[in-house]
Amino acid sequence: MSRMETLTTPLLQVEHLTKRYGTRIGCADVSFDLWPGEVLGIVGESGSGKSTLLSCLAGHLTPDQGRVIFDTRDGPRDVLAMGEPERRRLSRSDWAFVHQNPRDGLRMGVTAGGNVGERLMAVGARHYGDIRAKATDWLGRVEIAAERIDDRPSAFSGGMQQRLQIARNLVTGPRLVFMDEPTGGLDVSVQARLLDLLRGLVREMGLSAIIVTHDLAVVRLLADRLMVMKGGHVVESGLTDQVLDDPQHAYTQLLVSSVLQV
Amino acid sequence: MIRISGVSKNFTLHNQGGTVIPVMAGAALEVAPGECVGLIGASGAGKSTLMRMVWGNYLAASGSIMVGGLDVAKAEPRQIIALRRVTLGYVSQFLRVVPRVPTLDVVAEPLLQLGVPQDQARDRAAGLLARLNIPQRLWSLSPTTFSGGEQQRVNIARGFAHTYPALLLDEPTASLDAANREVVLSLILEAKTRGAAILGIFHDEGARARVCDRLVDVTGFTPKVAA
Repeated sequence: MSRMETLTTPLLQVEHLTKRYGTRIGCADVSFDLWPGEVLGIVGESGSGKSTLLSCLAGHLTPDQGRVIFDTRDGPRDVLAMGEPERRRLSRSDWAFVHQNPRDGLRMGVTAGGNVGERLMAVGARHYGDIRAKATDWLGRVEIAAERIDDRPSAFSGGMQQRLQIARNLVTGPRLVFMDEPTGGLDVSVQARLLDLLRGLVREMGLSAIIVTHDLAVVRLLADRLMVMKGGHVVESGLTDQVLDDPQHAYTQLLVSSVLQV
Repeated sequence: MIRISGVSKNFTLHNQGGTVIPVMAGAALEVAPGECVGLIGASGAGKSTLMRMVWGNYLAASGSIMVGGLDVAKAEPRQIIALRRVTLGYVSQFLRVVPRVPTLDVVAEPLLQLGVPQDQARDRAAGLLARLNIPQRLWSLSPTTFSGGEQQRVNIARGFAHTYPALLLDEPTASLDAANREVVLSLILEAKTRGAAILGIFHDEGARARVCDRLVDVTGFTPKVAA
């Protein structure tokens, strides 16, 4: 829906974001805009700074320099200048974070329904029947059978846990989703199902997403735009198929030519 | 609808000593609404390269590539994304899809992106698949396991699902039998009748003669090699 609107304000504007670990560079001088409905892929090898960047954007790490301006429901605001309670509220209502390891994003001792319902309660839902109905609906959307609603995630397969994490994150209707290697560690067949699910959800909900991955095939299918990182710097960015089919930077050329098939 | 002028293209191979290979210079052509222009030239002359620059997955080194009022050579990624959703379609030689997605949904996808209701998009997809002789029992399966010819027809159905005002066709009739070739040619002729501007590569000379109004030999855009 909102993918079709020609909005004039970016959802997220990142300016000169820098994070150092002592003298080492985490990420340096990263700037980009993310528009509503857009999926941005960030690729690079281990240690390239892509996860550091994602953590800074999502407020899990405090950057040393730069601005992260999010178009809140009350207008654009610098997230880094916000107080902790306000940022927390934003991260519950407007943002979602899908971890590579579902154990980092789920409460393993709480039932599947509880994992989804908890997020709804965090944004103010109180009616038990409504919460349970909505949780059931979301489990269905991520292809988890309704009869598993009272099971704990520890009894789920890895792919199911990852789908549950997605349901838990999207149930509150966020506008921006951060994903850190969402298909990493899953079987290829499970990956495909997850990719299809994510694509459908992005389209139906008009979500914007930032996906960090080292898998070029994943970004080819999911991302509209791509940023390539090396040594903490963005070395190339552009339309996904342009960066993959006609890479300009030496590192991107090496990356693309090193993959068996993308 | 499509106007290319002064377009050049180089490939820089950073991992092979920074070798710069100029592959195109001074490319120029126009395609009016309702017209089909065929690109010709020997293999390697740059037909596909030119087409990819129009699609935007190859960067032009210079010049302008106007498609429906947008200069693809200078546009922002999000402008090209919008152009591809609404205005510019592309039938490539290869089908690239998320594995496990049913064929019917693969074909309906461009319409869903435009916000067309699901049942309507699926109806349109079903009509095209039936016309292209893909048996109905295959529609619920992913096309990744299909034969080459079947995949190509799925790709064509997907490319014609939305009535794009501009279309790029890369060998749409290659590896098709006579009956399916006819279907594809009639789809192209119908698209022309409704006013689509089409730029195509056809090795099949009979097909070229049937649908193309003009031919452009890309050999004329080969850079002069300095001795």
